[in-house]
Amino acid sequence: MPGMGVMVYSEDMDLELQLLGKGRELTDKLGGPLSAVVIGPEQRGADELIRHGADKVYSYKVSGLDLYSIETYRSALLEAVKRESPQVILIGSTKRGRELAPRIASALRTGCMTECIELEVDEGGGLLGRRLVYGGSALATERSQKKPHVATIPPRVFKRAEPSERKGEIIEMEMEPPRPRAVIVERRKKTREGGALESARVIVAAGRGFKRKEDLRLLEDLAEVLGAEIGCTRPLAADSGWLNEWIGISGHKVRPRLYIACGISGTVQHLAGIRDAQVVVSINKDEGANIFQASDYGIVGDLYTILPALTKALRRSKGKSRNPS
Amino acid sequence: MRRIVVLLRDAVDPSDIKVDPTTRRPAIEVAKRRIGELDKRALEEALRIREKVGGEVCTLTVGDERSKTALLEALAMGADRAYLVSVGADAWVDALTTSLLLEVALRRLSPYDLILCGEMSLDSLSSQIGPRLAELLDLPQVTYVKQLAVEGDKLRAVRDLEDADEVVQVELPAVVSVSREINEPRIPSLMSIMRAKSKPIITLDAPSLGLPREEIPRDRAIEVIGVEALRVERKRVMVKGETIEETVEKLIQHLITEGVLEG
Repeated sequence: MPGMGVMVYSEDMDLELQLLGKGRELTDKLGGPLSAVVIGPEQRGADELIRHGADKVYSYKVSGLDLYSIETYRSALLEAVKRESPQVILIGSTKRGRELAPRIASALRTGCMTECIELEVDEGGGLLGRRLVYGGSALATERSQKKPHVATIPPRVFKRAEPSERKGEIIEMEMEPPRPRAVIVERRKKTREGGALESARVIVAAGRGFKRKEDLRLLEDLAEVLGAEIGCTRPLAADSGWLNEWIGISGHKVRPRLYIACGISGTVQHLAGIRDAQVVVSINKDEGANIFQASDYGIVGDLYTILPALTKALRRSKGKSRNPS
Repeated sequence: MRRIVVLLRDAVDPSDIKVDPTTRRPAIEVAKRRIGELDKRALEEALRIREKVGGEVCTLTVGDERSKTALLEALAMGADRAYLVSVGADAWVDALTTSLLLEVALRRLSPYDLILCGEMSLDSLSSQIGPRLAELLDLPQVTYVKQLAVEGDKLRAVRDLEDADEVVQVELPAVVSVSREINEPRIPSLMSIMRAKSKPIITLDAPSLGLPREEIPRDRAIEVIGVEALRVERKRVMVKGETIEETVEKLIQHLITEGVLEG
């Protein structure tokens, strides 16, 4: 029987603090305690979670590679849920969180609203969530009407609460993790470049209009003169492997002041990743390309001639041209 | 490998959705439906495994009569048979109910060695079915798989996570969800499209699965209250000069006016 309060969890500390921000708001309406869960090799972070609004912190100590196994996360979180019986469970929408939340919801025979960008309590005791659907082209309003309500929240959607000196309870738990059923034999660390994209003020991005990897040189030249980061669409990264990460609904969602789309057709999935760009410029050979409908300024033409001309003109306007003609 | 079950969602094609300009409502009911793109890759992977180690490939879908178009496509790609858990037209089923229906159907299809699905459906943008079934069936769960190999009675999978690629080994049976990178799905030949018409599509309705029909739509945990197309509010100015130089010069003027050129 679900009781009271809100429980939050993410393996990403920043995100968990953001969940606490929203969790505080929900508990103010729903009543009950706000609890947070920590699962990790060292029992730390609990004080910070309390400073940011948690009334209780369940801290599970797990070490080694077991830490990465879904069975470990699942068992610890379910155990905390059993002890606390929260009415709402918020889970950070990282890849790990996205595989954890439906498992928890399934074990509790309840629903799960994934990737919520808005969340509020409705009068009937349900939880209302808004989330992108149909490849990111539409926004759905959903109502969770079965308790406990489970929702996942992407990073940077909600703000963390201002820290203050407050008191909270820390419940320390040693956990013997269940034997992982998928045995991790190797972890190959990735170098990340996506963080740069998400905070970039200017982004120039490539689509399938580029014929060869070497041709990205044209984009690099433009990026240099603009002080821009380079991005691309999913096929260039996932299929061709020219770059590691892409912009779109399944990749990075960016919010630059200026986004220049070069040879990008403009699928709904890609457009969902650039919705928050302030100004979108597109260059495409096909005047019927969808990207022009989603651009502030469009140029119909061949990127192989337009990009060098644009780079040159920008250099000149900045007075940095090395070979003034 | 005895049997591989591929979970296919009969998904709305997001690129086929038209929007009513006055109400902003997307016309979902009339949009084309097809096998979800990632599910198609799950099917392709199943077919490749069958080609290497033998076995049979079944597909399993929760849907209605209209879903048969998608199932024919799956059969044309090479699936041996298709199962349809029919919930009646226009019955929207949430992930909880879908997973409970699939669980019952999968118990009917047992024994199987592998359950494959896409990591996410591109219409609902939800990624619940694989993990939910792993929980319900008490099976190992391997998500975000971009490489898969059968090694005896085990699988070796490479998972694509944010901070690392993870190589895991897992015993069968297991639930595996695949990412877009795993393969490029085949396009069925005319021959195989013809042949697909003689392959079986087996309909399992709720009563035949031992479920009271009325329970299905009523036991929704999640209700969709409304769907609104997102407005794209862009200026849509086409920039054109007599020459390329003039065109880019005009663009730069626009960008200066917008205040987005720095330095």
